[in-house]
Amino acid sequence: MMVAAQVQTSVLETWVTIVTVAATAVAGDVLTAGAMRRIGDLDLIRAKAGMGGAIKAVVGSPMFLLGVLSMALSFFSLLFTLSNVEVSLAAPASASLTFLGNAFAAKLFLKENVDRRRWLAAGFVCAGVFLLSK
Amino acid sequence: MKHTLTPQRYLILLAVMLTASVGDTLLSHGMTQVGPVSVGHLGMLLVAMRNPWVVSGILCLLGFFASYLTALSWADLTFVLPSTAFGYVVVALLSKFWLHEAVSLYRWAGIVLIVCGVGFVANGPSLTQHDSHHPVDEPVAAGGTR
Repeated sequence: MMVAAQVQTSVLETWVTIVTVAATAVAGDVLTAGAMRRIGDLDLIRAKAGMGGAIKAVVGSPMFLLGVLSMALSFFSLLFTLSNVEVSLAAPASASLTFLGNAFAAKLFLKENVDRRRWLAAGFVCAGVFLLSK
Repeated sequence: MKHTLTPQRYLILLAVMLTASVGDTLLSHGMTQVGPVSVGHLGMLLVAMRNPWVVSGILCLLGFFASYLTALSWADLTFVLPSTAFGYVVVALLSKFWLHEAVSLYRWAGIVLIVCGVGFVANGPSLTQHDSHHPVDEPVAAGGTR
């Protein structure tokens, strides 16, 4: 009974860490994508203001810095997860959840046109990543 | 309007694919050497920063980040992200034909699904058109209007 409870807790912990990796990754992706959309085409900025100008435009964006903070949280969550959960489960599970979460978040927050084609792509990639772990 | 990508921009997407998968592999290898990290010993994460495999992985992921940000400045998030998944296919193909590892039917099926998924978005527009008054679409630097 106790062993079963321990196993259940372990499974719960596993998925909490995986969902944490995915949630922080989605937050980071959406914030940085929103920041890059506001900043504009980096190729054009680099052509006009040089590499320094492009770096200044990116680093000076509070939304970008918040995105980096979320990505850093995701990175340390991933390190933590990889040390406790098998990579064959942690990597594809967090990646799949991140793909689906990003499709929802991009439509909701970035107002991207996530049409049937992109939903299909997110679903196919999600399923494909899971099959790769088999 | 359909946004098509120049060869240079496809190269950026290729860099996104390769650096992400190689960086993750290096990190994974490094963390197996560092050992388990528990909630009570989070300082081990700083110890991990001294592992050369982890450091190499981080450098690779920095390259990924630079190319990823560049791609996000001219394409939608839902267009760029499937490209990162293509890195899994690259790793599976390298393990089959370079390392001569066995690739199961499940993995081949996964490869086919990811290729299909990337193909779906690659054939579509790379950027969503917004009204000019939309805040997300207003460039704050010398990006010009889309």
